[in-house]
Amino acid sequence: MSLAATAETGEAPQTRGRGDAIAAALAVAAGLFVLLLLGAILVSLLMGGLPALQQFGSAFLTRAIWNPVTQKFGAAVPIYGTLVTAILALVMAVPLSFGIAVYLTELAPLWLRRPVGIAVELLAAVPSIIFGMWGFFVIAPLMAQYVQPWCIDTLGDLPVIGDLFQGPPFGTGIFTAALILAVMIIPFIAATMRDVFLTVPPVFKESAYGVGCTTSEVMRAIVLPYTRVSVVGGIMLGLGRALGETMAVTFVIGNTNRISTSLFGPGNTIASLIALEFPESQAGSLKLSSLLALGFILFVISFVVLAISRLLLRPRLRA
Amino acid sequence: MKLSAAVLALSVCGIPVAAGAQQITGAGATFPAPVYAKWAEAAKGAIGIELNYQAIGSGGGQNQILNRTVDFGASDAPMDPSKLQSGNLLQFPTVMGAVVPIVNIPDVAQDKLKLTGDVLAQIFLGTITKWNDPKIAALNPDLKLPNLAIAPVHRADGSGTTYVFTTYLSAVNADWKDQVGASTSVNWPAGAGARGNDGVAATTKNTRGGIGYVENAYATQNKLVTTQLKNKDGQFTVPSMDAFTAAAGNGDWTHAQNYAVNLIDQPGAKSWPIVSATFIILPKDPKNADRGKAVVKFFDWAYTSGDDIARQLEYIPLPSAVKQLVREAWKTEVKGPDGKPVF
Repeated sequence: MSLAATAETGEAPQTRGRGDAIAAALAVAAGLFVLLLLGAILVSLLMGGLPALQQFGSAFLTRAIWNPVTQKFGAAVPIYGTLVTAILALVMAVPLSFGIAVYLTELAPLWLRRPVGIAVELLAAVPSIIFGMWGFFVIAPLMAQYVQPWCIDTLGDLPVIGDLFQGPPFGTGIFTAALILAVMIIPFIAATMRDVFLTVPPVFKESAYGVGCTTSEVMRAIVLPYTRVSVVGGIMLGLGRALGETMAVTFVIGNTNRISTSLFGPGNTIASLIALEFPESQAGSLKLSSLLALGFILFVISFVVLAISRLLLRPRLRA
Repeated sequence: MKLSAAVLALSVCGIPVAAGAQQITGAGATFPAPVYAKWAEAAKGAIGIELNYQAIGSGGGQNQILNRTVDFGASDAPMDPSKLQSGNLLQFPTVMGAVVPIVNIPDVAQDKLKLTGDVLAQIFLGTITKWNDPKIAALNPDLKLPNLAIAPVHRADGSGTTYVFTTYLSAVNADWKDQVGASTSVNWPAGAGARGNDGVAATTKNTRGGIGYVENAYATQNKLVTTQLKNKDGQFTVPSMDAFTAAAGNGDWTHAQNYAVNLIDQPGAKSWPIVSATFIILPKDPKNADRGKAVVKFFDWAYTSGDDIARQLEYIPLPSAVKQLVREAWKTEVKGPDGKPVF
């Protein structure tokens, strides 16, 4: 009896210990594998892009030219397009997301909060190609036939801001791309804002209401100051997604390698330029190398934005 | 029919069949992909060769055959002669196609607008910006053209269609040649880009004042509004199979290096000015002689029996003299590992 017991107590922890060790080793390997993969992608992009970076030097970042005939390449137009569409998308998406979050946490009747919340989350699950097709076949014709001709005729002649509304009404362009991007990032920003608004301790809000504050005063004086850092983090998360979006943007941005002062002018983003030009790039050509260098630049931009977002969100979402 | 069904059933079961389908792989140009697919379907029944063709784009096709990852590559733009030489590759044409301008101008009907290559180039250069520009009006005295901004639409993805179109613009307009040039993708001075033939067609359709360019087959199938073009002989021609065939017949095939014949802006009163051939590139020393042989056999069959299929899809078959030239080249140049010709 006692022998059996010692055998049992002696053996069981041992096997469990071995199992634990194996599982732990596998988990560590899996974790390191992700790091390795990330590093390998970064290094292979850099290696591939090196010939272009050596050829053009730092001018690659600032030159607004993309000419496959003369083999002159620069990244300024796609970098500009990427940043402008993403920032315009934020300008449209942030107020709307804020409204959604306030409604869901403060104003909506309890029975409606779940359905609306789920609807917002479902919007995030729509594949980007669907947004692209919707943008190209529904939004772009609407823009081309109604919105843009009106804007060009009425606003195009105004001093200063007139430049923003020039050119033929293609329907596609920077503005349409930003609009589609805004719809795509709203669920991410709205969901993050709602989650961080819910982390505000009820006692703070109750005290504010207790001394006679209105809902807007509570939002301004209690909720926003308490969650400010996390809200910015959520916005950065949306920005990160907008920067890397490829398919939907490719459909509606107009795909032209020029910097246009008009909001309705066509442009290009890093991701859409890579998607379009890659199939016709010869192995070993300067063009392929330039595309890989662009990929590296996008990787770095997205990495920085997401890192900032993580840093800002960490204190609130740790729970 | 019964026999082929039995052969199919056997090969599905994984039992090797004596006359079993020989598999060959190819990759490249998207422009001839529909006709290659139809040929593959017909050839499988007729000669038992099964073609697996991946339309990954002309540049991709050239890369793949240089790396020898496929049995043949396909490209709309002829491969650089030095690359053909260093890769020990043979290039030959299969079919020809035409590129046509499409427009969206209120009250302008099918094939009514007359354009010259020079004016077309100036439109895409952005120097002619209104449809009632005197240069366009002078060509169309009987049309009432509106005071409407011209919205040029071009392919945003690299494509053989763009290569053909920009080659034409370079041939007829010196400014285009100096400032832009010809390639599968160029630095467009004006207008907006769209993805694929369908993207260009849809954007042109949606944009008042739009003008774009697509493969002829695409324009016919989708009933797009095409235009007339002035050819080298100074005649305005309507895009039609007759006009394309006339241009193709005038090409100087015998003197063209690697059959990279120039069919752009050919003389002849009836010739449509934007016609081009599409090419197959295959190794002269196939690693696997059986597969090399099957590739040649497939295209020999297509030359003999594939013309009707090509015409149905609005491609232009090669003149028979050209096919004979290519067959000679197969016999003398494509050799298996044992040094014997495979064809």
